[in-house]
Amino acid sequence: MATNTSMPVQSDERVARGGLIRGFFRRVEVGAFIGAAVIWVMFAVIAPENWVSITGISRILDEATTLGIMGVAVALLMIGGEFDLSAGVMTGTTGLLTGMLAVRAGWDMFPAMLAALVFAALIGFLNGWMVVKTRLPSFIVTLATFFILRGANVGVTRIVTDRIVVEGIDHAANFYTARLFLDHAFDVLGATFYTSTVWWLALTLVAARILQRTRFGNWIFAVGGDPQAARNVGVPSDRVKIALFMTTATAGWLVGMMNVVRLRSAVASQGIGEEFVYIICAVIGGCLLTGGFGSAIGAAIGAIIFGMARVGIVFAGWDTDWFYTFLGIMLLAAVLVNDNTRRRAEAMRSAAAKARTEEDKENG
Amino acid sequence: MAEPLLEVRNMTKLFGSVIALNRVSATVNRGEVTCLLGDNGAGKSTLIKILSGVYPPTEGEYYFEGHAVTLRSPREARAMGIATVYQDLSLLPLMPIWRNFFLGAEPETGSLFLRHFDDKFAKLTVREELLKMGIDIRDPDQPVGTMSGGERQSIAIARAVYFGAKVLILDEPTAALGVKQAAIVLRYIAQARARNLGVIFITHNPQHAYPVGDRFIILKRGRALGNWTKAELSQEAMVQHMSGAEELEILTSELQQISRPDAESQVAATTNG
Repeated sequence: MATNTSMPVQSDERVARGGLIRGFFRRVEVGAFIGAAVIWVMFAVIAPENWVSITGISRILDEATTLGIMGVAVALLMIGGEFDLSAGVMTGTTGLLTGMLAVRAGWDMFPAMLAALVFAALIGFLNGWMVVKTRLPSFIVTLATFFILRGANVGVTRIVTDRIVVEGIDHAANFYTARLFLDHAFDVLGATFYTSTVWWLALTLVAARILQRTRFGNWIFAVGGDPQAARNVGVPSDRVKIALFMTTATAGWLVGMMNVVRLRSAVASQGIGEEFVYIICAVIGGCLLTGGFGSAIGAAIGAIIFGMARVGIVFAGWDTDWFYTFLGIMLLAAVLVNDNTRRRAEAMRSAAAKARTEEDKENG
Repeated sequence: MAEPLLEVRNMTKLFGSVIALNRVSATVNRGEVTCLLGDNGAGKSTLIKILSGVYPPTEGEYYFEGHAVTLRSPREARAMGIATVYQDLSLLPLMPIWRNFFLGAEPETGSLFLRHFDDKFAKLTVREELLKMGIDIRDPDQPVGTMSGGERQSIAIARAVYFGAKVLILDEPTAALGVKQAAIVLRYIAQARARNLGVIFITHNPQHAYPVGDRFIILKRGRALGNWTKAELSQEAMVQHMSGAEELEILTSELQQISRPDAESQVAATTNG
């Protein structure tokens, strides 16, 4: 660059310099992408025989699928400035509800699934409604929902089945039709892939498009960045937030259904503890914990990193206990990278907050 | 003279038992600047939030272009042509300029499932509109948080003007700015007036208000002290009304005390009170 003495003529070219490479490094997902590449190479060196193969890829994608679906939905919610700690347990609740309706009440799979969808959407709506009406942190509101559902999952299941598992769901009418849609196994080059993975990738692209290319996407960034500013320019903040809570609940339903059709049963403990994994996927993908910034594709890459860790630890013959240690290290690395982004914006954010405090004082 | 562009009569707003605004009336004409002056706590912010549809008034009448209106949301106000530029500018620091500019009124293109935010149009328009205000932005993708205070203010004003504002409400646009940057903002206000917009300019600085103002309303403790045209009010009289003669006397005596080096503790006591 130092040797290039001839400057571009048009002033607009100030930005174009650096071109593709710089454009790549400016992307939100770049940290997650580099992290994924490093981890893939690491396991490729440690356990190359299974890892560098189509089977390795199919295993990673299958592990990443359900985390990815949830991670992408949770990323949208986090960009919108909120958390949903009930997202994990929702996968269990919807699965149990569908299972009980199908097995105990003898319903067809489709109406049973539809009932669970309505229930999930309702819980999502209630989560969102409570958060926007009470202005309490969503962390607390959805933590309450988490415990309520966690208790109900065990309690109701025990009352209905005398156990904490609903089995034999595959005897329900149309079970295999549902499975064909949600979790059909198919071979590519000798490795097994599932339609659930296709759903995940498709939903990631839809979410990315909504975020980047639609009005609603712009509103998601706005309500997460500064809900008051968003409201001032006419963004219906409350409706956007409620829609986002309904999205994570609906994603929980979808994952719940995928588990039911794969396992043919539903366990009361399903999904508990996973809510943090979704959040970590979103954070690794570039979402700020403070909202207003992030990426759906990044969250999907975050899920792939998890998939790689789960599969890689097995392939390398390590004790799977180390999975959570790995999880913690990834989270820490991601947060440190994201912190840099936040700092750059901090100056103006605090100026805006100061202006608002003065305004509030005046109103008081 | 035609009817005022915007007029409110006897606006009252209660927050619980607190009377934030007590029977305040105001008018704005086309091609005029109405200055809304007053100290902190005078009710300026409450009045503009009513004007811009954020708060419903407890009592009072609201006329826009001669018709009585009831605003249910800021969105409705903006759709009618009442645009508000808040002190915090309602800009998102982490968001690129073009996304900020069109926030809440995103241009869309394509049909049905392919309907999307027209980003090409947005980026081009942002460059053009800011160039009209004398700001050459290098990159519409630049996050707003990385820009200077004056630049951000001008983005907010350019945004309001672009979206067909008939009335432009500016909440303390010069408060956080230095002399030079404030002068630029005052020039934008004069420009907006020249384009036949009605401007409501909120400030507590008489030196900023008097040069650009055509009409002055001074608020104090929720009440309007008066509603003057420029011909009826000198700058000195304005300052007198704003601060109040007796308060000026108290201030003068306080200042005398401060100038005595041995009176430091007394000063601390007075400022805390």
